Amino acid sequence: MIRAVLVMNTQGKPRLAKFYEFLPVEKQQEIIRNVFAVLCSRPEHVSNFVDAESFFGPDARLVYKHLATLYFVFIFDGSENELAMLDLIQVFVETLDKCFRNVCELDVVFNYSKMHTILDEIIFGGQVLETSSTEVMKAVEEISKLDAASSAINLVPKSVSSWRSR
Amino acid sequence: MAGSSSSIMDNLFQRTLDDLIKSMRLQLLNESTFISKSIEDIRREIKSTDPQTKSTALQKLTYLSAIHGVDMSWASFHVVEVMSSSLFSHKRIGYHAASISFHDSTPVLLLITNQLRKDLSSTNHFHASLALHCLSTIATLDLSRDLTPDLFNLLSSSRVFIRNKAIAVVLRVFDKYPDAVRVCFKRLVENLESSDPHVVTAVIGVFCELSSKDPRPYLQLAPEFHRILVNSKNNWILIKVLKIFARLAPLEPRLGKKIVEPICEHIRRSGAKSLVFECVRIVITSLSDHESAVKLAVSKIRELLVDQDPNLRYLGLHALSVAAPKHLWAVLENKDAVIKSLDDEDSNIKIESLRLLMAMVSESNVVEISRVLLNYALKSDPEFCNEILGSVLTTCGRNDYEIIVDFDWYVSLLGEMATIPHCQKDEEIENQLIDIGMRVKDARLQLVRVARDLLIDPALLGNVYLHRILCAAAWVAGEYVQLVRNPLELIDALVQPRTNLLPPSIRAVYINSVLKVLCFCLDCYLDQDEGTASSYCGNLAGGQSEMFLVKTHTEAPELVATTREGSNYEQDEGFNPRNTTIESSDDLSDENDTDRVGTLLSMKNFTHESVVSLLNRIELIFSSLTANQDVEVLERARNIFAFVQLVKAEIIDNSGQNVDKKYTQVSAVIKSIRDAFSMELGPVSISAQGRVAVPDGLVLNENLDDLKAICGDIELPSSSSFYTGGPQFGTASDASLSNLLKNDESGPSNESTSLLEHRKRHGLYYLASDKSETVPNDYPPANDPKANSNINDEADALAKLTEQSLLLKKRTNQMKPRPVVVKLDDGDAAPIPDKRPEPINDSLSGAIKDVLGSEANLSVSRSNPLDKSSTKRKGKKKLGTNLPSEMKENLGDAEKPDPENPNPSSKSKERRRRGKEKIVEGEEPEQRGKKKSSHRHGRHKTHQRANSPLNVVSQAPVIPDFLL
Repeated sequence: MIRAVLVMNTQGKPRLAKFYEFLPVEKQQEIIRNVFAVLCSRPEHVSNFVDAESFFGPDARLVYKHLATLYFVFIFDGSENELAMLDLIQVFVETLDKCFRNVCELDVVFNYSKMHTILDEIIFGGQVLETSSTEVMKAVEEISKLDAASSAINLVPKSVSSWRSR
Repeated sequence: MAGSSSSIMDNLFQRTLDDLIKSMRLQLLNESTFISKSIEDIRREIKSTDPQTKSTALQKLTYLSAIHGVDMSWASFHVVEVMSSSLFSHKRIGYHAASISFHDSTPVLLLITNQLRKDLSSTNHFHASLALHCLSTIATLDLSRDLTPDLFNLLSSSRVFIRNKAIAVVLRVFDKYPDAVRVCFKRLVENLESSDPHVVTAVIGVFCELSSKDPRPYLQLAPEFHRILVNSKNNWILIKVLKIFARLAPLEPRLGKKIVEPICEHIRRSGAKSLVFECVRIVITSLSDHESAVKLAVSKIRELLVDQDPNLRYLGLHALSVAAPKHLWAVLENKDAVIKSLDDEDSNIKIESLRLLMAMVSESNVVEISRVLLNYALKSDPEFCNEILGSVLTTCGRNDYEIIVDFDWYVSLLGEMATIPHCQKDEEIENQLIDIGMRVKDARLQLVRVARDLLIDPALLGNVYLHRILCAAAWVAGEYVQLVRNPLELIDALVQPRTNLLPPSIRAVYINSVLKVLCFCLDCYLDQDEGTASSYCGNLAGGQSEMFLVKTHTEAPELVATTREGSNYEQDEGFNPRNTTIESSDDLSDENDTDRVGTLLSMKNFTHESVVSLLNRIELIFSSLTANQDVEVLERARNIFAFVQLVKAEIIDNSGQNVDKKYTQVSAVIKSIRDAFSMELGPVSISAQGRVAVPDGLVLNENLDDLKAICGDIELPSSSSFYTGGPQFGTASDASLSNLLKNDESGPSNESTSLLEHRKRHGLYYLASDKSETVPNDYPPANDPKANSNINDEADALAKLTEQSLLLKKRTNQMKPRPVVVKLDDGDAAPIPDKRPEPINDSLSGAIKDVLGSEANLSVSRSNPLDKSSTKRKGKKKLGTNLPSEMKENLGDAEKPDPENPNPSSKSKERRRRGKEKIVEGEEPEQRGKKKSSHRHGRHKTHQRANSPLNVVSQAPVIPDFLL
């Protein structure tokens, strides 16, 4: 089972944090800090595994990938395969790339809900349900359409917000 | 009207989430002020009647909570409001907020049941998907119970998008509400046969999680899993199936034979490293009896070890260390790669390779491997350095130094480790130094030498990480002072000025050692003068020796404290040990003969002047300590100070005279102290306390908390009773107050038999007192750790060494035999009872076993499974309870194909289970009672007990199918 998915930048600022079991927010922030402290101390081109038992309880493992200015971190337990998790990070990043066309940190920063929508299509309550980025994209697009259609009913805020965002 | 217009205004000027993020990015300084201002806005906006404003506010709040750790528990009611919106965009925000902020004790959870039910049955599958997502993280017992019927419907939904999510939710629902198993399990299993890989992924994922808690109930599904293992082409599914088999295979020996071939096939064929690694892992963990498979797996591991990718190298090493306990040959075969990895830049890889290296260590190569590892430690960063030292210490210390033959070497190694710059393993080294001292008599000489080298170096006193080691060294030197070559030098080392850098507790140990050494010197000096006649203290010593006997009886084999007494002890049962003189040293045991003679010779050199000067020096130094702040130091210093003054007076008085009875009083005192110190400290079994009978009238569980308050302000009385009262027995009272001595650290003596002498001993510690004059300035040079400079060759050197030593496992016999290591008969570490891990979720696996056992019934009466089973089964209860013992014996019969059901088609399985169901159903009535019982937990346990043997039986009919 996957316990948490974290995306943070190389300064340690969290960009996405999804925990699949309830944790108080203080604990979440502490974990994010601890993970960052470990990750930033690791040199480039070393293995992507870190022992996570110290901050996530027994049997916790951590896989991360450092891409551009972001760390993508998956924390999981013995029911998952380490290399498969590494692949899953790849699937996640690929999907983001398709979604945002050459994803960069800013896309991640400004698309909080979309990030979650994508992640939710891949991982469901800690279990991997979808591993094809094409399938994920299909679902995400449909959800976005539905989202847009439903909020289009409220014309005023829609037009205002689009006007304001220009 | 006013309300709606204000909400429109709100709406117009409300910041969206994007706005919030943008302004936060512009807000370079003081993020927290900005956040708290935003929260203020949100608090206002979220109360708005306009759903758009409300949901936007909630979205912002969710964002702040998830990314910036803002508490949002106060908004839970608003979350419920937004969830219930009919608009998808609002609903989505609401559900997301619920899934990240709700937990089991959120009060408003009770309000969302109907909303969830409505959304679960919505025709819009995205609505249903939102509800499922939310349930997967927040489902509670109540929600699970109430929504189980809805989930049951979704489990066979025609829309895969929904069905696989419903399957995944089942995991959480089972966990929270085990009775849901009775309703949903059958459909869950049916989904295993789905042709859609998404559905299979989801089901297998659920079974993988379920089996991680208690795999036994799922043995019956092994045929299904096997089919997937053979037929599936999806690596994700295969990995999960392998995970399940890794847990099932140890439970059912026949399973291994069936799965080993397909697994090997995957190892050979698959190009996916993740799948291959998973296959390798299951082979080395669960199929280690299948030799050819293990060989194949190890060959794959070798490929991983030499890969460019550090991830694969790491996993390869990891797999090797998993294999090490059962297949050490696999590690040995790959030792080159392992040793090379010690130099890797990746700390994960280094640590794994260190672990493997330690797994390779044996009696014959421990010296070489430790040597090279220590050199690695010298050049490593502090963290890895300590990792290495820790591993060496643990490996060498395992099972009472099982692999150590040459203790002189090991003791020197400990000393060397202590002086490695980054060493922080002080506690472990301290313990081992003392432990070896107590256990290995033959190592004491070297131990004392090492201790002396450590103590004498003033530089070491400045390193806080060495203090504990120095403490051990001081204790060793004091305890085995008769082996010290130059006691005077030792005293100088123990009282050198830099000892004021030590913490008081360790300084107290130093002072005690001074006392021991001093007494030893005085004793020798007096012996020189007195010759053989010292019968006056015979009685005293005799009594002492009796205590000695009692003590050795319970603690350690008979070891003797001083050489002279030692030889004596052997001769006449320890009585009157003062009767003989140094001359009796010729019947010393042979190995240390020369050294001891050296010691004795140096002892003989105590002249009157040297003794007086020694006393003066100690008197001087300890007079300054008598003003010390710390009570431990103060007390001991005062005692020594007083003792020295007493002794000095008499020695100076008597100088010149040469009467028989000179030094009478001092001699008595010193002999008594020496005798007290002569007590051998041995290791104490940790179960020793348990063997002490509780005296009548002693209430052990009396609350002693008040005692601290009472005793807190009582100062320890300075124990002056000795030289006023004479014999040491008088000191028992104050001795009992001061048990903080190092002897407690080293050898906690719990036996009641030794309690008396324990007190005596400690009492004596506090007796003496004195001073001395000068502090020597010219210490011998500090012993620098001699670093091997040619580090580059070390990997090669180590490779060679391990090769040699591993090849010649049985080397030529060691030059000297392994010394006796004192072990207590029952072992020092209480053997951890070999308990099988208790199944964590009794109720869940119990429920699953029931369902699997009665699956046939359920299929007949799916509409109302529970009623049917209960009516039908009541009569069988007795049968069920009687069964376990019989059935175990009948297991062999059960393996035969069921006569009812000879045709081996896949459909026959179910009928066969039905054929056997008589056996299983026995416990069902009890099961039903439990449903209504409030004592769910206890009941389940009893049920479990009755059930587990049955399970063995109920699986039996399945496996034959599987074999066909």
